[in-house]
Amino acid sequence: MPEQQTPQAETGPRPILPILRLGPKPHLVGSKCGSCGAIFLDVRRVACSKCGAAGNLKEVELSDKGKVWVFSVIHQSFPGIKTPYVTAVVDLPEGVSVKSNLVDVDPEELEKNPQKAFGMPVELVVNQVATDRQGNPVMAFQFRPSKS
Amino acid sequence: MRNVYVLGTGMIKFGRYPEKTVPELGAEAALVALRDAGITIKEVELFASGNLYQANAMIGQRILQQIGQTGIPVINVANACATGSTAFREAFMAVASGMYDVAMAVGVEQMGKQGLLGGAGGGSDPAYSTEGRIGSGLMPAVFGQAGMEHMRKYGTKLEHFAKISVKSHKHATRNPFSQYQNELSLEDVLNARMVAYPNTLYMCCPTGDGAAAAILVSEDKLKQLAGGRKRPRVAASVLTSDPYTERDLTLPDVNTLTRRAAQKAFEMAGVGPEDVSLTELHDCFATAELIHYENLGLCREGEAAKFIEEGGGVHPDLGGKCPVNVSGGLLSKGHPLGATGVANICEIVWHLTEDERAKQRQVPNAKVGMAHVIGLGSACTVHILTV
Ligand SMILES: [Zn+2]
Repeated sequence: MPEQQTPQAETGPRPILPILRLGPKPHLVGSKCGSCGAIFLDVRRVACSKCGAAGNLKEVELSDKGKVWVFSVIHQSFPGIKTPYVTAVVDLPEGVSVKSNLVDVDPEELEKNPQKAFGMPVELVVNQVATDRQGNPVMAFQFRPSKS
Repeated sequence: MRNVYVLGTGMIKFGRYPEKTVPELGAEAALVALRDAGITIKEVELFASGNLYQANAMIGQRILQQIGQTGIPVINVANACATGSTAFREAFMAVASGMYDVAMAVGVEQMGKQGLLGGAGGGSDPAYSTEGRIGSGLMPAVFGQAGMEHMRKYGTKLEHFAKISVKSHKHATRNPFSQYQNELSLEDVLNARMVAYPNTLYMCCPTGDGAAAAILVSEDKLKQLAGGRKRPRVAASVLTSDPYTERDLTLPDVNTLTRRAAQKAFEMAGVGPEDVSLTELHDCFATAELIHYENLGLCREGEAAKFIEEGGGVHPDLGGKCPVNVSGGLLSKGHPLGATGVANICEIVWHLTEDERAKQRQVPNAKVGMAHVIGLGSACTVHILTV
């Protein structure tokens, strides 16, 4: 579940999760363990769950390109969430995977030819998905088939 | 560690009981188990209660407030879908350790119509809700993708997953304790509404209410109380949590902890997968059952589809081999979360003891039974019972 966002003085776009950094070149960040190199998708981690080392984590920027590991087409969700949509696990070159919606693809086509999606090169995109109680645009990241 | 036996079992038909409370449902199953064991609540020395949705409500004590307040220690357990089986394990450990001679485990849940999409919300600004916006973390997505991993690695087809649902529903027609007892064709399953690819509606377990109970005793007590009745020994009781694996935090890895639990359980019981007469495994989705065939060693890595094609998992009466979920499984019998882990042990016990309650679906000559449960988050139990 997402963290409650702390109120900020200025208004403007807000990331849906702390691992998303907005700005001219939006990107994801992770915490990397200085002892074993494992990367985690959060920014407030106190220790490494792979090797147990504590207090030896630093923030790293993650690649905006990856490859689809697996996906599912979701046909039933919460009110307000448009279905069908594609959820996917994307492997990043840093050795960590991230989950998000796969956009600019045809869900029906992926169900007919699932093998087509496995290993598909994808890239990060950022879109507004909501407006928060303070009127700030809430920005989320998705992946789309790689154009470059 | 001492030998531990299951002296008595009880369960109520899974279904919907909106007019009853959780402690009432639990009390009903507990009373059946006491009657089956031939003892009274006065002989029970420790009580472990498994319930998830009311984990802070002292359900165990409230069950005893209905069936007998003897002042014994009560443990209330919550461990996702492995809640009931973890309660069973607490009772097992209490007797195995030598501290108690008679312990009872009850698993109970009332889910009403709250589906597998339940549990959303919270106090934070809904604008920051991630579900459906940066992928899905809900059960249908997790187990859909767990099946897709198998599809990716081994070319498994939608039909293989669907056949599991057909089989489970066929099995359930012979189980009066099952929430659903209707047969479905392959077309029915494939043409049903898609929930999360590749699982259609009938490849997802229903929600419901239910309760199950088991009474565990030491060898000395068994001799005093069994009166010559055949009672199975709990040959292995294993609980694991999810070890670090690379994608576990993005897509819960339901395989590694199951494999570890199964391996430890076979070592503890001194048997192998080839010795298992029947298995009740955690088929919360059809995709889950397929991958657990391999995780539990019922077939080789990558050969689950072949296993299905050769009649694996199907009751021998129906021409199959290596029967899995002859109760109907979670897909048909139902999955009242806290009750599930105790109910599947009841099913195993009934086959091993040729109990009346499994008469219509008795697995012939059953000597070794395996019960597997996985709760996301994650917790996995494997129990092996032998006669
Ligand atoms: Zn580390």
